[in-house]
Amino acid sequence: MLPNGITVLAGHYGSGKTQIATHLALELRKRHAKVTLCDLDIVNPYFRTADSKDLFEAAGIRLISSPYAGSNVELPGFPPEAASVFDDPEVFSVIDVGGDDRGALALGRYADRLRDGGAAILLVINRYRPLSGSARDAADICREIEEAGRFRFTGIVNNSNLGAETTPRDVLAAIPYAEEISQKLSLPIVAVSAAKTLTLPETGYPVWKMELYRKWVSL
Amino acid sequence: MSEKVLIKGNEAVAEAAIASGCRHFFGYPITPQSELAAYLARRMPKVGGVYLQAESEVAAINMVYGASAAGVRCMTSSSSPGISLKSEGLSYLAGCDLPAVVVNVQRGGPGLGGIQPSQADYFQATRGGGHGDYHIIVLAPGGVQEMFSYTCKAFDLADQYRMTVMVLTDGILGQMMEATSMTVNSEQATANSEKPWAVGGVRTGRARNIVNSLYLKPSELEETNLARYEKYKLVEDAEQAHDSYLLDDAEIVVAAYGASARIAKNAVDEARNRGVKAGLLRPVTLWPFPKKAFLEASKHARAFVSVEMSMGQMIEDIELAIRCSRPVSLCSRVGGMVPDPAKILQAIISASQEATA
Repeated sequence: MLPNGITVLAGHYGSGKTQIATHLALELRKRHAKVTLCDLDIVNPYFRTADSKDLFEAAGIRLISSPYAGSNVELPGFPPEAASVFDDPEVFSVIDVGGDDRGALALGRYADRLRDGGAAILLVINRYRPLSGSARDAADICREIEEAGRFRFTGIVNNSNLGAETTPRDVLAAIPYAEEISQKLSLPIVAVSAAKTLTLPETGYPVWKMELYRKWVSL
Repeated sequence: MSEKVLIKGNEAVAEAAIASGCRHFFGYPITPQSELAAYLARRMPKVGGVYLQAESEVAAINMVYGASAAGVRCMTSSSSPGISLKSEGLSYLAGCDLPAVVVNVQRGGPGLGGIQPSQADYFQATRGGGHGDYHIIVLAPGGVQEMFSYTCKAFDLADQYRMTVMVLTDGILGQMMEATSMTVNSEQATANSEKPWAVGGVRTGRARNIVNSLYLKPSELEETNLARYEKYKLVEDAEQAHDSYLLDDAEIVVAAYGASARIAKNAVDEARNRGVKAGLLRPVTLWPFPKKAFLEASKHARAFVSVEMSMGQMIEDIELAIRCSRPVSLCSRVGGMVPDPAKILQAIISASQEATA
């Protein structure tokens, strides 16, 4: 079960937006001819979708990214082609946004087009991140993001994990947390995302089983 | 239910400061350290603390100078070029015997360099950074969990010895996320130990305290230096710390700290698979350097390999520690490049072959 048209991923810093954006783009490409991944991150110069540009090229995914992404030049630049994701109705696009309200500012630029285009705007959450560990804190961060980006989320991706140490139990333990956020914000939980190596029991939600994309794998 | 959180190294340092009773942080943004300041900007007001973004790194370290003189636990953080700017302040803190915690999330240099990870500030850190005869204690965490626990320890050591303690880390450890427990042990609850030397206003009729590093009489200034070096002897004796892996029978000792040590550990495993008795000696304190552990390892080692993200800095301390009794070779990448296990393995095999020849 994948979103159609334009999918935007936003959320708290370090919640897993780039990981999920990468996963979604690759999954969409299995089903559709034209898939674009658009990197609108204006916050983080260290971890970017551009780190995986060879992967996207091999998969036939168009990557729209600031020419400065991954160059170590800390210019929070916008890729000039970004607006093109709204122009071709045949394209399936995934937009990866920078963390927190500061990152979401970038989306404000396209607020009208996102609203008119009926985009899926997904809030990525991770119960195990320290500043968003309670449903209340996560909801606060969500509202800050919406205000800065001038949009409303349409759904939640529960990406609760502890990195390499994640167990199925950790994923299950975060379900009530995601449900509390869902109720507070009146947003549906679209999916639970987890490393594909984890064997999960039935959670009641669609599961996105992901290949993990890491930097510095020799660690 | 798990008690761990998924946290970046930079964020773990910030949480450790709060857990250690630090309520005064003076920051200035620079990649790859900025998350630390951004995190404390959000957290400090919630725990009744002060987050202040200074107008420069120089201002930030001098705010630490003032806050520390007033007797509170305080911290500042930066990355390599910013630490150079703070170096004058480090010297003044030493000259006044003030406790402080300073974090360096190293990036490539010299000059503006780049934003990717590096360990090229080893000399700067272990030799104190600024002018004059002094030392700072330098702790080198090896992962995100240790970013937390050694930052907590840094506050204790700073108060205990009235010294600056630097947490010397790098862009990898600062940026990477790992499952981490943020439990504080009882020793770390000593946040507000008595500081009878602090300047806090005289309310009790005691004689006034003066915090100052200016001594116009040479004999007096010499006296303060001599007294300080007596203290440093105690630190060198009591605080040397290291970690080891397969070291007991190691013939080739791989020495590495921080992120390099994590990569080197993989290479040590691979060397063992190939029949080379390799082991890892990871300095946790870079000053005081764990000389005793290196001297001990030299009894069974045939050669040492220093793995660094610098052009050969720690290698000098290894040679000094073992009194040049064994060959020490260098395996390094610099400028933001990270050594890969295959290159380290090659260095181990070469060291083994040369030691046999």
